[in-house]
Amino acid sequence: MSTANNTIDINRDIGDFSYEVKHQRDAGVGLNEKTIDYIVDAKEEPDWIREFRKNAYHVFKSKPLPTHWAGNELNEIDFDVIRYYLASGDAPKRSWEDVPEDIKRTFERLGIPESERKFLAGVEAQFDSEAVYSNIKKAVSDQGVIFVGSTEGLKKYPEIFRKWFSKVIPTADNKFSALNSAVFSGGSFIYVPPGVKVKHPLQAYFRINAENFGQFERTLIIADEGSEVMYMEGCTAPKFTTATLHSAVVELVALKGAKIQYVTVQNWSPNVFNLVTKRGLAMEEAEIKWIDCNIGSRLTMKYPGVVLKGRKARGEVISIALAGDGQHQDTGAKMIHAADETTSNIVSKSISVGKGRATYRGLVHVPKHLKGCKNNTECDALLINARSRTDTYPAITVRGTGNATQHEASVSQISAEQIFYMQQRGLSEGQAMSLAVNGFVNDLVRQFPMEYSVELKRLIDLEMEGSVG
Amino acid sequence: MSSIVIRNLHASVDGQEIVRGVNLEFSKGEVHAVMGPNGSGKSTLAKVMAGHPDYEVTEGDILLDGESILEMEPDERARKGLFLAFQYPIEIPGVSNANFLRAALQARLPEGEELDATDFYQRLYQKMDLLEIRREFTARSVNEGFSGGEKKRNEILQLAILEPAFAVLDETDSGLDIDALQVVAKGVNQLRGPNLGILLITHYQRLLNYIVPDYVHVMARGRIVRSGGKELALELEAKGYDWLREPDEAVATN
Repeated sequence: MSTANNTIDINRDIGDFSYEVKHQRDAGVGLNEKTIDYIVDAKEEPDWIREFRKNAYHVFKSKPLPTHWAGNELNEIDFDVIRYYLASGDAPKRSWEDVPEDIKRTFERLGIPESERKFLAGVEAQFDSEAVYSNIKKAVSDQGVIFVGSTEGLKKYPEIFRKWFSKVIPTADNKFSALNSAVFSGGSFIYVPPGVKVKHPLQAYFRINAENFGQFERTLIIADEGSEVMYMEGCTAPKFTTATLHSAVVELVALKGAKIQYVTVQNWSPNVFNLVTKRGLAMEEAEIKWIDCNIGSRLTMKYPGVVLKGRKARGEVISIALAGDGQHQDTGAKMIHAADETTSNIVSKSISVGKGRATYRGLVHVPKHLKGCKNNTECDALLINARSRTDTYPAITVRGTGNATQHEASVSQISAEQIFYMQQRGLSEGQAMSLAVNGFVNDLVRQFPMEYSVELKRLIDLEMEGSVG
Repeated sequence: MSSIVIRNLHASVDGQEIVRGVNLEFSKGEVHAVMGPNGSGKSTLAKVMAGHPDYEVTEGDILLDGESILEMEPDERARKGLFLAFQYPIEIPGVSNANFLRAALQARLPEGEELDATDFYQRLYQKMDLLEIRREFTARSVNEGFSGGEKKRNEILQLAILEPAFAVLDETDSGLDIDALQVVAKGVNQLRGPNLGILLITHYQRLLNYIVPDYVHVMARGRIVRSGGKELALELEAKGYDWLREPDEAVATN
């Protein structure tokens, strides 16, 4: 067990390191149709993907940046200096032994092989554009579970892949989903056969190592009828002086009675623009739960959603956002009720430190013709300093007579009296701050898998340490 | 002899002087009561000792075992052995009592050393039994939703667990009914002994029926105006505080 404010053994530089790595495959700087041809050729993809990507490229070009509602920080991204594809040209290894030494060092330093041995059913480790390691435990693959990279998924399992790919999040959903669709690489493809309950989590780790780089992983998870799976993703990048872009698309499909839990703990360095589209489709009596923790980045825009398509489907978003000095966490949730007796739950907590800014955007939609739908939304914000900022934009449209919604929001501050009280008991100001912040998110942290909740507390402590004085 | 010495202490808040030249000395093993009417500066004295950032010491000194603590942060003073039981204990949502106490104890250990969880819980339960606190209390958030009596009992529990050399109890009796008062007093009496010096700050003599002090000091207008044995408390009870007031003050409050 670890104490609530375990400030010992914290490695300040966790994630903030990079090794010189030579990439055999490099699509160069900037984005045009040639970049896409390069990616398709390098990945030896089928023609339908080339077409799909090129169409997406044009959609991306035609859409303006959404600065009319989102932050102006988006203008800081220079799409012409970004490198869109960097890879070694090797297929992902099944054993850490085979992973090149310089890359293996990175993941060992991040503790991935150790976690895999301890509690994971499978791991995929992505380094810049491609997975360098991908392995699923035999017991799990013997049950018919597929866990591979997106490229391998689309080539090897086209009949399942094509059926759902881009169906939950169409290319034109937003500018960044279009960008991802044009240049996607990496991410996971998971298929869980009917009735199979994957006992241990599958994990992906996304690591950005290169400067001026864009990481565009694409994940598609299909849980067939009555199956269950938990997927966890962790993300880090070293601190560079220039902007790095992470723009993923994640699509989940939970067929009748299936359950998917998707857990994210990201600890981006403050130069990363993290613009991610995540959505799930829940069929009859299916359940999709997003558990999302956003720490770090220059700007994060992420609103995990669930389309509740079948009767009695359930959707849930649990999110924690920590906006440090100079960071903007623009996060929230979307719940689209499209069948009777569907229920959704959103619990969002944000912490703003220094000049950090947290924004909550929520969309809950229940049309008039539906019956017995329920939504619960709670969003709480904690401000640490006088210059911290929080904004809440809940958009809840619940029509019809038999539907119910409940919305609660609060903004609070850690008071000087609280800090004094804790200091009087012997805690330093930083420890007191950490403890108060951990207390604020405590009920949500408990929903994370054990290993992640410990990690999360450490990350919060780490962020808070620098916030005082 | 381990002691706290307060020397000609002057302190103000927002430019207004509240403590105006306090001299007071107490040693480990002793119980001193500081009594006085509202506004006499008793609680301010307690907060200044603990290092509350709102108060500015303008003159004088506070020495703990001969060392000035005025330049120390509140947490450093606490780790040196000074404990303040708050008049109004603060709520810390989401932080359980057990975690809070563990964190406080952990902060006292040298770097790299981990608190033994089994020992901790054993000790915690033992002290909780003493103060008639139920087990589920450990999982509740610090002071959140506590009754006045529970909050005060929690302060004494923290005192019992942290084992300071000196404890300042600021109006620990206020807001307590007679049963709660007896429980709290019993707890304090159990902790009383050669390893703890206690400064009891109280408005009423009532508490002193249960925690009998060795010395009594009367504070008025920011100073200690009289000191004596425990019989001084009884005298105050009989005469009230009016005799301490400036003549014009007495008129103004009538």
